[in-house]
Amino acid sequence: MQHDDVIWDLIGNKSFCSYKVKTKTQQFCRNEYNITGLCNRSSCPLANSQYATVREEKGLCYLYMKVIERAAFPARMWEKVKLDRNYAKALEQIDENLIYWPRFIRHKCKQRLTKITQYLIRIRKLTLKRQRKLVPLSRKVERREKRREEKALIAAQLENAIEKELLDRLKQGTYGDIYNFPIHAFDKAMEKQEEETESEEEEEEDEEESGTREFVAEEEFEESDLSDFEDMNNLKGSSDEEEDAEEQSSEEEETEEELEEEKTKAKSKGKTPLKGPVRKKRAYVEIEYEQETEPAQKSKAT
Amino acid sequence: MESKKGGNRKEQEMEQAEIEVTENKSESGACFPPTFSVSEIKNKQRRHAMFLKLKEEKRKQKLELKKKKKKERKALGDQAPPKEVPKTIENQRIYDETTVNPEDEEVAFDEGTDEFSAYFNRLTNPKVLITTSDRPRGRTVRFCEQLATMIPHAHVYYRRGLALKRVIPQCISRGFTYLMVINEDRKVPNGLVLCHLPDGPTAHFKVSSVRLRKEMKRRGKDPTEHVPEVILNNFTTRLGHSIGRMFAALFPHDPQFVGRQVATFHNQRDFIFFRFHRYIFKNEKKVGIQELGPRFTLKLRSLQKGTFDSKFGEYEWVHKRHEMDSSRRKFHL
Repeated sequence: MQHDDVIWDLIGNKSFCSYKVKTKTQQFCRNEYNITGLCNRSSCPLANSQYATVREEKGLCYLYMKVIERAAFPARMWEKVKLDRNYAKALEQIDENLIYWPRFIRHKCKQRLTKITQYLIRIRKLTLKRQRKLVPLSRKVERREKRREEKALIAAQLENAIEKELLDRLKQGTYGDIYNFPIHAFDKAMEKQEEETESEEEEEEDEEESGTREFVAEEEFEESDLSDFEDMNNLKGSSDEEEDAEEQSSEEEETEEELEEEKTKAKSKGKTPLKGPVRKKRAYVEIEYEQETEPAQKSKAT
Repeated sequence: MESKKGGNRKEQEMEQAEIEVTENKSESGACFPPTFSVSEIKNKQRRHAMFLKLKEEKRKQKLELKKKKKKERKALGDQAPPKEVPKTIENQRIYDETTVNPEDEEVAFDEGTDEFSAYFNRLTNPKVLITTSDRPRGRTVRFCEQLATMIPHAHVYYRRGLALKRVIPQCISRGFTYLMVINEDRKVPNGLVLCHLPDGPTAHFKVSSVRLRKEMKRRGKDPTEHVPEVILNNFTTRLGHSIGRMFAALFPHDPQFVGRQVATFHNQRDFIFFRFHRYIFKNEKKVGIQELGPRFTLKLRSLQKGTFDSKFGEYEWVHKRHEMDSSRRKFHL
């Protein structure tokens, strides 16, 4: 006999049922014919002899019904009715089949049908959209790739490669005149140095003459005159100071002449500049008063 | 071997015995000649100790050999034989028959008439559309933004679940030349689809080691709007050449040297490293570079002829792991 209450006492309500799943707040029923999915007295398919469910298979909805008359024949217990694809018609079918059945079961069946149709629609919509394809990654391959990438990075020596490329581009002149590195002047100078040593000296002397002073004899100066003077060095030293002390413009004119002289003379003679000693003498100030020396005459002349 | 069971003492005794016997032969240390092998000692610690000794021995011998060679080299002076070049993977690379010869006419002709010829003949200016896969996470979004600052004329658009095949005709109608889609997985960008737009090839890359700007050490300020220069290194084969041209066509033609920015695509062993630097010439022999901008590495997965069509497209090159990864000396780019 079907004694629903007895069955419920045995399985439901804090007893053991193999379909029961317990969580902190609720109990669920895993039975496939359960209409709500919860473990309740009214939802348990085992503890209710008159029961109905709506289930979906491959996109089609079916109404399953169980009545007490067939309780003795488990193989024929559930009556399966195919529901219409049209939602409204399916609802009518449910009503028609479950006429005179308890309100709760009718209501729950319709609810369940609604839910099923909704999710079927959603499935159809999603399959039309783009689907994400999941490509499985092989861990071994990923690890291998990672290691190879690290090694390749080390082998690449990126900074050096980039710097080299940029310098090459600079040499080739892709940057035009933006960077004023005197590469060409430098190169030319190096070439000249290889060819002629004199040209190098020329450049050096040209650069030096603008700043330093050299003391060269006057145009009409003759070597014989040297004997008249006792100390050439003293003469030079005094001339230096007196020039500094007195007039500078005349000096400039003279130095200009001297420069020109020096150029012509230096080329032929290859004179070494008197930079060192001259500079040293200029550093300290000595005042000598001599009036018979040449520079004094020069100043008088101008 | 008796020494199997014996402790250290026994081994030492044996060694001493051997040494006494063979004293005249050599001067070297404890393990000559090893009639037992280190692996036969059962005790792990002792085995380990013997192994370390063995290693020490070998290292000493190697050092001696090196010193000897160095001496000989010095003694010979100028007549010394030239130093041997060490083998590297780049040295040992299997020669790829599609390597491009710079003077190759056929290649030059192909490049004159391929899809990039319009760009290289100065007919079009690049305009890039950057987008992501669906629902990008913060890291990917930031990566897209930074890419957009680096590449001039780049625009970032939110994907909104649109199908690429629908996006592409719209892009073409709005005059874009490139479509860049950054694919994301687990909150990290991991793929890049680069599609040249009118009807150009589509390249699919695997992206790895993405470093955003704020994660970079010693980085400079943000990149300015100047057009950067482009450096393409090591693209030797035909395939490499076409990929290189793809990258070159991303940037406008005339770099603004005032900006002093350079974007580098460096290919090494089929990994393409991307860097973005600012450079300054200290003198004609030295240049200083400072890294700005994100960095990432790419690995080419497939190159498809038309615009993006993964099912029916004609693939020029696909990376097939079992065929192509079998040799460690064979590279395709």
